[in-house]
Amino acid sequence: MAVFLTEQSKVIVQGMTGSEGTKHTTRMLASGTDVVGGVNPRKAGEVVSFPTRDVPVFGTVEAAVRQTGADVSVVFVPPAFTKDAVVEAVDAGVPLIVVITEGVPVADTAEFFTYAQAKGSRIIGPNCPGLITPGRSNVGIIPADITGAGPIGLVSKSGTLTYQMMFELSDYGFSTCIGIGGDPVIGTTHIDALAAFEADPETELIVMIGEIGGDAEERAAAFITEHVTKPVVGYVAGFTAPEGKTMGHAGAIVSGSSGTAQAKKDALEAAGVRVGKTPSETAAIARSILAARH
Amino acid sequence: MDLFEYQARDLFAAHEVPVLDGLVATTPAEARSAAEQLLRGAGLVVVKAQVKTGGRGKAGGVKLARTPDEAEQVAAQILGMDIKGHTVHRVLVALGADIDKEYYVSLLLDRAERRYLAMASVEGGMEIEQLAVERPEALARIPVDPLVGIDEAKADEIVAAAGFDEAVAPRVAQVLRRLWAVYDEEDATLVEVNPLVLTTDGRVIALDGKDPLEARAKAKHLNYVKLDGQVGIIGNGAGLVMSTLDVVAYAGEAHGGVRPANFLDIGGGASAQVMADGLDIILSDPQVKAVFVNVFGGITACDEVARGIVAALEMLGDEASKPLVVRLDGNNVAEGRAILAAAAHPLVTLAETMDGGADAAAALAAAA
Repeated sequence: MAVFLTEQSKVIVQGMTGSEGTKHTTRMLASGTDVVGGVNPRKAGEVVSFPTRDVPVFGTVEAAVRQTGADVSVVFVPPAFTKDAVVEAVDAGVPLIVVITEGVPVADTAEFFTYAQAKGSRIIGPNCPGLITPGRSNVGIIPADITGAGPIGLVSKSGTLTYQMMFELSDYGFSTCIGIGGDPVIGTTHIDALAAFEADPETELIVMIGEIGGDAEERAAAFITEHVTKPVVGYVAGFTAPEGKTMGHAGAIVSGSSGTAQAKKDALEAAGVRVGKTPSETAAIARSILAARH
Repeated sequence: MDLFEYQARDLFAAHEVPVLDGLVATTPAEARSAAEQLLRGAGLVVVKAQVKTGGRGKAGGVKLARTPDEAEQVAAQILGMDIKGHTVHRVLVALGADIDKEYYVSLLLDRAERRYLAMASVEGGMEIEQLAVERPEALARIPVDPLVGIDEAKADEIVAAAGFDEAVAPRVAQVLRRLWAVYDEEDATLVEVNPLVLTTDGRVIALDGKDPLEARAKAKHLNYVKLDGQVGIIGNGAGLVMSTLDVVAYAGEAHGGVRPANFLDIGGGASAQVMADGLDIILSDPQVKAVFVNVFGGITACDEVARGIVAALEMLGDEASKPLVVRLDGNNVAEGRAILAAAAHPLVTLAETMDGGADAAAALAAAA
């Protein structure tokens, strides 16, 4: 079953004909994703040949959805056009919109998130690597060959740290791995992902990766206490980050006593989450819990 | 990026938020001529240190002057002063105002709710964090829909919730709508006015404002933060680099307490050139004793990274005198490792794992 993304998902790519869009559509197709169309108003009616299949280009998301039955859109368009692209997908009734684009103005994200929420579309991202249900479907830029299918659900803000954790636990494999993105405003949160993994029968254990800044991890901890019965293993990056310096992600900053890795670790541990100091230690904890269950 | 007070003031003025007349001076003589222009024989001016930190009043960085002579004297005292580690290079000479009441207003991003929040209080001038804790009922907090912003109705709602009296409410509401324009058009995540004042002659003026701007939409390919340790760090992706800093710091505990020297994220699809630029920066930091390159190739291909390392070392020649520990995994890892093995540079060691690489780099830094 996995979460958000299955082998039944029909995917369109907004920005498929751009260089990043083309490169990653090739990779998505190679990893088994059912990419059914691209969207580019200037190239409507064209067909793009990929090594594994030919993919038609539609002028609008609405046309693509009507003709293909697509239920996922992945957005690779440049930051200045991202808001319009997402709004178009929401208007076309796409239930899941995955925004890979980095550098989207926060105000634009706040607007398209509010709009999508009102119309019932889920947004993942922006500035995220997307999500993968290994062996079945892969939407975004996560490398498909790191790991196979298995019992672990993974949610993380960071792309490469997601890959590192997939690599550390490739002996067990994953139900779905979701990169939710490192911007201050994101569509799908840790809590949304935790709720989905809790409800997913294929997920036995959840690994949650957090990082400094904001209070998403503290909120997730409160949610876990109330609503999550499956074991959750945590990792928080940024214990050595100094105050007042933004560590790459727009949201990753310690200001005064708030947003520190220690505060997040404490909150998670108070919710019964075992937290690793490093990715390898986190993986070891997850492995020991899974080994005890099997 | 935080702004100096005078920059925020100029930004407010550009959006017709009422501010006091003022001029920036970098020397006592400039402060004198600024005071001459502003005073025109009457009133008083405030000479304020321009530093990006709070508490400057307590530190003696804000002084009143009644004449141009006095303005020159106090500017001479303030310029060059050290306030919490910030040297004062500029002062703002602003017309003084007779204050009747002090208020507080701000607009910010509410990350948890993923919308905006307007906050307002008729009890301004003090530390707002303190007010929020001690008397939360005195601070009105009104959600703002990103799709609507602050229109007339929302501005009226905010001033009503904060309890501004009828005489002043319409003018505060107008200021709020103009602050929304600052927030919206400048892509800010915080606009704060503390205090917003009512003068004895009935004007509403933004006396001190903050507006940290974001240039988020600008793609940054080299993201570097200097730290105070000895192990230079290069990685791809902010989360992995943050994690690498932690792993190196833990490894350093066993090697005389060496710590990471920097945060450097070469980003997603990093090319050989970006890798070379990054190494160049790190190797030119005199504090760095050893470097740990930790790359997990997602979009980034490990062979590109390996070529970047080889190219950077060639470019730097004899200037590259510090040992490099390189850990590569992911996309094209075999090709990447083969390139480094073939180059066989005497300074480069390959590590099999992230933990192993961090330990090796910490050991090399401690031994140097």
